[in-house]
Amino acid sequence: MSWHVSVYVTLKPSVMDPQGATVQRALNQMGYKAVTGVRMGKFTELEFEAGLSEEDVKKQGDEICDKLLANPNIESYRFTVEKK
Amino acid sequence: MKFSVTVFPGSNCDHDCEYVVRNVMGQPVEMVWHKETDLRNPDCVVVPGGFSYGDYLRTGAIARFSPVMKSVADFAAKGGLVIGICNGFQILCEAGLLPGALLRNKGLQFICQNVYIKVEQTDTPYTNACKPGQVLKIPIAHGEGNYFIDPEGLKKLKDNRQIVVRYCDIKGNLTPESNPNGSLDNIAGICNEKRNVFGLMPHPDRSAEDILGSHDGQFIWNSILAAKVGVS
Repeated sequence: MSWHVSVYVTLKPSVMDPQGATVQRALNQMGYKAVTGVRMGKFTELEFEAGLSEEDVKKQGDEICDKLLANPNIESYRFTVEKK
Repeated sequence: MKFSVTVFPGSNCDHDCEYVVRNVMGQPVEMVWHKETDLRNPDCVVVPGGFSYGDYLRTGAIARFSPVMKSVADFAAKGGLVIGICNGFQILCEAGLLPGALLRNKGLQFICQNVYIKVEQTDTPYTNACKPGQVLKIPIAHGEGNYFIDPEGLKKLKDNRQIVVRYCDIKGNLTPESNPNGSLDNIAGICNEKRNVFGLMPHPDRSAEDILGSHDGQFIWNSILAAKVGVS
């Protein structure tokens, strides 16, 4: 058993995402005309020792995202925590 | 004037900077490995270009946690001169020594070419040898040079005159066409509020001799030397 944390880092809405815009154009050209927006982000999986409390895992998850995984100038993050 | 150049795993302009400082400018220079904390008592620290830590996660994101960066931050806090070039600029932004961030180039491509930049501020230790509005020909080589800051931060940069150099055409006009990477307001380089920390995407280390196509980078290096003289 261990804690599994799934972290999603995305560019803030105010930040231009040329990669997402390019992917959207490609999708539209492929015929997926209904796709009106694409934003690219990063997905990270963290594993924590099972001995930690859920509260500690969330606290450390926040710290890790604030310090390293996301740049607060341009990105926001969210994560889910589950034990398995 | 004593220079120290920080060296991270993946730095690749460290020796260009060393060469320019020692062989072109005739100044002593020390190379400081990223795991060291002793900067060797420099007057100016150069954080060079390259691909520190392979650009993993975000450019500069991991390098900022190298032991040497704590010493660089302390040095900057005491008013020491710190210049970050290209990846060095990205590292200084990640470390919070400069505001904002460098995003992926608007056109998604890595761009390696000469550009023109306009000197907007000359009362900095890095541009005091330039004339106001002077146009410098200096190359860029980056995939993530698209400067971004929120509107509040941009206002602060303008109010404090921290936007030091901007992309322009050969005549000094700030046009969208002369902005190679989509940077906000054509921003190519900024300084901190105290003006002792400077970061820019163009490479004054690759443009300090005519044989390389331009010696305009020398204006930056000469400014640093003049700044030191001015202080002492």
